[in-house]
Amino acid sequence: MNFDFSDEQKQMRDEARKFLAEKCPPKAVREVLDGKAPYDKALWKGLAEMGFLGVAIPEKFGGAGAGHLELCVIAEEMGRANAPVPFSSTVYLAAEALLLAGSDAQKQKWLPKIASGEAIGTLALFEGKGNPSPKAIKLQASGGTLNGVKKPVPDGAIADFAVVAARTGSTGRDADISLFLVDLKAGGVEVKELTNVDPTRGQAELTFKNAKAEPLGAAGDGWSILTQMLDRAAVLLAFEQVGGSDRALEMGRDYALDRIAFGRPIGSFQAVKHILADMYVSATLARSNCYYGAWALSTNASELPEAAAAARISATQAFQHCSKNNIQVHGGMGFTWEFDCHMYYRRANTTALMLGSLSYWEDQLIDRMRKKNAA
Amino acid sequence: MNFDDTPQEAAFRAEAKAWITANAPKQYEEELRKSSLGRTVLKGANILEVAKAWQKKKADAGWACLHWPKEYGGRGSSPIERVIWQQEEGPFGKLSGMFIIGHGMCGPTMMAFAGEEQKRKYLPPLASGEKVWCQLFSEPAGGSDVAGLRTRAEKKGDDWIINGQKIWTSGAHYSDYGILLTRTDPTVPKHKGLTMFFLDMKSRGVEVRPIKQASGQSDFNEVYFTDVKIPDSQRLGAVNDGWNVSLTTLMNERMSIGAGVSTGFPELFDFCNSLMLEDGPAIEDRSVRSRLANYAVKASGLRYTSMRAISALSKGERPGPENSIGKLVAGSMVQEVAMYALDLQGAAGVLSGPEDAEVAGKFQAMLLRAPGTRVEGGTDEIMRNIIAERVLGLPGDIRVDKDVPFNKIPTKGRA
Ligand SMILES: Cc1cc2nc3c(=O)[nH]c(=O)nc-3n(C[C@H](O)[C@H](O)[C@H](O)COP(=O)(O)OP(=O)(O)OC[C@H]3O[C@@H](n4cnc5c(N)ncnc54)[C@H](O)[C@@H]3O)c2cc1C
Repeated sequence: MNFDFSDEQKQMRDEARKFLAEKCPPKAVREVLDGKAPYDKALWKGLAEMGFLGVAIPEKFGGAGAGHLELCVIAEEMGRANAPVPFSSTVYLAAEALLLAGSDAQKQKWLPKIASGEAIGTLALFEGKGNPSPKAIKLQASGGTLNGVKKPVPDGAIADFAVVAARTGSTGRDADISLFLVDLKAGGVEVKELTNVDPTRGQAELTFKNAKAEPLGAAGDGWSILTQMLDRAAVLLAFEQVGGSDRALEMGRDYALDRIAFGRPIGSFQAVKHILADMYVSATLARSNCYYGAWALSTNASELPEAAAAARISATQAFQHCSKNNIQVHGGMGFTWEFDCHMYYRRANTTALMLGSLSYWEDQLIDRMRKKNAA
Repeated sequence: MNFDDTPQEAAFRAEAKAWITANAPKQYEEELRKSSLGRTVLKGANILEVAKAWQKKKADAGWACLHWPKEYGGRGSSPIERVIWQQEEGPFGKLSGMFIIGHGMCGPTMMAFAGEEQKRKYLPPLASGEKVWCQLFSEPAGGSDVAGLRTRAEKKGDDWIINGQKIWTSGAHYSDYGILLTRTDPTVPKHKGLTMFFLDMKSRGVEVRPIKQASGQSDFNEVYFTDVKIPDSQRLGAVNDGWNVSLTTLMNERMSIGAGVSTGFPELFDFCNSLMLEDGPAIEDRSVRSRLANYAVKASGLRYTSMRAISALSKGERPGPENSIGKLVAGSMVQEVAMYALDLQGAAGVLSGPEDAEVAGKFQAMLLRAPGTRVEGGTDEIMRNIIAERVLGLPGDIRVDKDVPFNKIPTKGRA
């Protein structure tokens, strides 16, 4: 047994960390936070050049062909840096969807562009409030065109193409759902940017009016592909959340060592120490659950659904816990726009909802554990 | 990243499995499997005898204290082999419970500080369970603050004379030997005047009085020392260096606690699957599922944290203070799980005992044992201090007694 990343993978993590520290300092994140740019284009280009966008994309489709463990270590660093780029929607959702269900022609068309940074992709799943569910999908597909509204769509305003979940049947079963690929620049889609809790990761409303769409995967397979996609993305996003948790913990710790009150560093007060110790505990539990998720993802193990849900829940809890308590440890400073604490707080609470809420994943986890037990 | 055995590990596993299948006391397997924190009873058998017999059998065949050197009764196994053994031993491993202190703490301390002849004499019967050891550290005046202890050791010729009292000593009533931390110089600051010994618990002047615990059982004791004589040859480490010796013990304590901490989750999951509420099985209730999921990810988080620790160990890294996390998380979780399982039973949750309560009173027993888990081997607060100071590098607590001679430290909180 070796329940750890390899030395090469750790080296890649160091490389990514160094790169992001240089190219994505908090100042760069703030450009996007302050609305000066929709995302950090220079960083996006740099990530492509480093080969990070195509880490898990096979070489024949323009990627590095490294694998999903490698993608996990990159994801962690993206979260640590709070990178203001459409990485999660493009790499975890769109690229994974293509890898899972795309035809050779579709892969050939989009994957090299993803790897090179030319194309931004996303998943258009939600239609207003609620969690992933076949019932909630109303957007209609017929005769190769789509009609309906999707929101919120992550990075929807800057995406070049979207994987869209649409209704193709009326049997009331999962098989009513099919997936489509839509070139968002081809017309037929109105895009409206939406205000959101975390401006470093845009959200949009997409209105499809007879938009041209090509099927992704077999008709009626949409829900089953989506479930797999969400599980895969859950693991990857969980690594981002762990990266963010660690960074929030680090910020809190550093501040606790520097800030003096009552004549001593606040980090010498036990109440503060115990807050930080609990942050460490939640981040560590999440990391361990994530490692299991990474193993399941990279080996396509039958344990993936359960592992993904556990990683997702644990990492969501950890990031929320660490980011809110980081502000607490920073006191009034933590509540200023100038300090970076709120960027992680925002990210923690939006990432928490991106693939369905915490309670949704809790429900999924128990369902999956039950099924495994019954089997 | 993988969970596969290497060919060597697979061979070891097969050998261990075959031996366990052929030799384990299978008549107790079911009861052991069902037992959980606070409740290990074997009908019609004395558990100490069953445990000793199993340990002896293991030792005779070379399966006891696997990671110890062969000459001291072990097998010289790698950390991974030890884990494989634990996995294969399964519920029978619960029988080692009463040897944990001896094997996990006293043994390693002896190995580090006793003389060669002593190690060869005392360690093999400790490994084989023939002799049971206890750890005599805590006192009424020194639990978390171990260095606050008052039991005196005074040199007289080649012997030391011990007077004082220990408390909370687990298993002292069936122990043959103990390691004992004493004060040898009260005129210097508290950490500097301690000395460690080992002693025969049957020595004259040692009196063991069982304490009835809050759970109603009696696993720990008060131990009184009246002019007990210990030869200087049974001193561990230098005179007044007992604090450093005790750190070895406490570090090993963390390592032995690390791997198999009970969280109560598997028990709760099974219970929620079988329990019928008014509207159907508990597990189909939304709020139950949410609670369960929260416990599930804590339990799996701990499991995989310990796998990461084992992986690090197998690469030759030393167990660090980060292993404090296991006890901290599992301790409070087992308590919460027990409370929740009682809550699900509604009014009947108050019933206990094998006949009257749901699932034979498992959760009621867990409830009553859990407070001790959060205290023994370092309280939750001490664990958090360890993580904050030694993992995160935050400043140590302000210690007002640090440079004060021990005999000048106040002894009561309220004057
Ligand atoms: C079931 C059981 C078995 C045991 N077995 C053994 C044994 O075999 N051998 C042995 O030597 N001992 C044993 N002990 C003793 C155990 O190690 C101590 O009880 C424990 O270390 C706590 O010490 P205390 O009881 O003196 O509590 P105290 O130290 O008096 O603690 C009281 C409260 O104050 C808090 N506190 C104390 N110091 C600090 C601090 N610095 N910062 C924050 N909070 C603090 C504690 O967390 C606790 O909440 C056992 C205890 C139990 C419950």
